[in-house]
Amino acid sequence: MDKLLQLGLDMSNLWDKYHSMYLSGVGKTLLLAVIGTAIGCLIGFVCGILQTIPYTKNDHVVKRFLLKLVRVIVRAYVEVFRGTPMILQAVFIFFGLPYFTANAMQFTNMWAVSILVVSINTGAYMAESVRGGIISVDPGQTEGAKAIGMNHFQTMVHVILPQAIRNIIPQIGNNFIINIKDTSVMFIIGFTEFFATHKGVVGATYKYFPSAAIEMIGYLTMTLVASFLLRLLEKKMDGSNSYELAQVDALTMTAGNYNHPGRGTPFDERNPEAVKSMLREELRRQAEQDEAKRQGQRAETRRQNAAGDHDQRGE
Amino acid sequence: MKEILQVNHLSKSFGKHEVLKDIDFTVSKGDVTSIIGASGSGKSTLLRCINLLEIPTSGEIHFQGENILSRKGGAAAYRSKVGMVFQSFNLFNNMTVLENCIVGQTKVLKKPRKEAEEKAMKYLTKVGMAPYINARPRQLSGGQKQRVAIARALAMDPEVLLFDEPTSALDPEMVGEVLSVMRDLAADGLTMLVVTHEMAFARDVSNHVVFMRDGVIWEEGSPDQIFTNPQRDETKEFLSRFMER
Repeated sequence: MDKLLQLGLDMSNLWDKYHSMYLSGVGKTLLLAVIGTAIGCLIGFVCGILQTIPYTKNDHVVKRFLLKLVRVIVRAYVEVFRGTPMILQAVFIFFGLPYFTANAMQFTNMWAVSILVVSINTGAYMAESVRGGIISVDPGQTEGAKAIGMNHFQTMVHVILPQAIRNIIPQIGNNFIINIKDTSVMFIIGFTEFFATHKGVVGATYKYFPSAAIEMIGYLTMTLVASFLLRLLEKKMDGSNSYELAQVDALTMTAGNYNHPGRGTPFDERNPEAVKSMLREELRRQAEQDEAKRQGQRAETRRQNAAGDHDQRGE
Repeated sequence: MKEILQVNHLSKSFGKHEVLKDIDFTVSKGDVTSIIGASGSGKSTLLRCINLLEIPTSGEIHFQGENILSRKGGAAAYRSKVGMVFQSFNLFNNMTVLENCIVGQTKVLKKPRKEAEEKAMKYLTKVGMAPYINARPRQLSGGQKQRVAIARALAMDPEVLLFDEPTSALDPEMVGEVLSVMRDLAADGLTMLVVTHEMAFARDVSNHVVFMRDGVIWEEGSPDQIFTNPQRDETKEFLSRFMER
C-alpha cells in the first residue's frame, strides 16, 4: 500500500513538472500515427487495386507484361517491408541516404523520415488487406456491374471498393492502433514522440518506473479512444437497419403488403398457372381436412370400442 | 422482322471440356425466345457468351449487323445495350434500390441525374417496387430483389434483355410475381432471351423455343411445335419429365 502511494506521489510529481513534454509527445505520436496510417492506406489501396486488375490470355502482350511486372514489384515491396522490423527500416533509411550520397544529402526533417517509414510499413500490410477485401466481394457484384456496361474502373469505384472498404475497416483500425504503439520505435532516429519523452524524463530524474506507468496509461488511453471511434465509424457506415416505404400512390398497395393467402398478390392474379396451382392446393387441403376428419372419427369409434372392451373386462 | 442478334458457329470450351458446340441461332426484334434444357446442357453458358461474360472460343455474334467479337475493346459499350438479369440477382449491395437503377444511367450512359431518376422510377413502378426505393438489397425478399434487378436492366433501355434462370433461386410463392412482370414486358414488345425451367412460361409467352442438349441446339421452333409436336425423342423425353411434375 505504501508502495502504491509512493508511486502515485512520484507520478504526480513527474506530471506536474513534465506534463507539457508528455502531452507534446502524445500529440506527436497521434499525429504521426494518423498521417502514417492515412498515407499507408493510400499506398495499400493503390497496391491492392493494381494487384487485382484482371487480364486474360486475349489481352495485348504489353498489357499482360506490365500487369505481371506490377504484381511482382508489389509482391516484393510487401514481403520486404512486412518482413523486417520497423525500427530497422527507420535506421536503414535514415542512415542509408547520407551513406550513399557521401553526406551530401541528409534527412533534416524528422517528421518527413518518420512519416515515410510508418507509411511504407503500413502500406505493406494494407496492400494485402485491400487485396483480400477486394477478392472477398461476391463476384456476382462484378458481373452485375459489367452487365449494365460498366468498365473495370467504374466497377471498382462505384461497386467493389465501397464494399471492400467496409470489409477492411477493422483492418484499418488494427493498423492505426498498432501504429499508435509502434511509432515508439522512432526514438531511435531522435523523433521526440511519447516514448522518447519517457527517455528524456528518466534521463533527468532517474524515475524509471513512475514514468513508465504514465506511459502505459497514456498509450492505453489513446488506443481505447481510437477503438471506440472506429466502432462508431463502422456503425455509421452500416447505416440504418430499417427503411421507410415511399408511398407513391396512396391507393395502390404494394406487393408484400397484401395478406390474403387465398388470393395471393396482384401479380399472381394475372398468372393462370399460379391460379391453377392455388386451386389445386386448395382442393388438396380440403381433401386432407376431410381425410383427417374421417380418421379422427374412426379413431374416436375405435377408442370408444376399446373403452367398452375394457369396461367389460373390468366387470 | 429485323434481326437484332445473330449467333454463328459459336463454340465455347472450358479447358478440354466443350460446353457449346457450333451454335447457330437468330433473334429478331420483339422476339421472346425461351431456351430450355437439362442442367449442364450449356444454356447459361450460351447466354453468358452472348453478353461476353464468357469469351467464346470461336464463332461470331452479330449485334445489329456488327460482329462484336472482332471489335476491339467495346465489351462495355455493347453490354450497356444488352441487359442481363441473373439467377442470383446481383444487385449492388452498397446502394439503395433507387441508386441501383440510377448508377448505370449516370455513370455509363452519362445521363443527367434527374432524367435517370425519372426513368428509374418509371420502371420501378412498372415492376411494383416504387415504394421500396430507399431499401437496401439485403432488406428485400428474393422476388423483390429480382424485380428490382429487372428494373435496373430496363433503365438502361436495352435492345435485348437476357434472363438467366430468373426464377430458379426463388421460393415457389415468389416465382409468380417475377413471371408476371416478365409477361408484361413480353406484351410490351421487349426483345427477350430467357433461359428457364418454367415450361408454362416458355409455352405461353415466348414465340420461339430452343431446346438444348449436350451443348448443341437439339431442336427449335414455335412453342406449339416444341410442346405439342416435338420431333426428336430426347425433346419428348425431356418435356415428359417436366410435365409429370
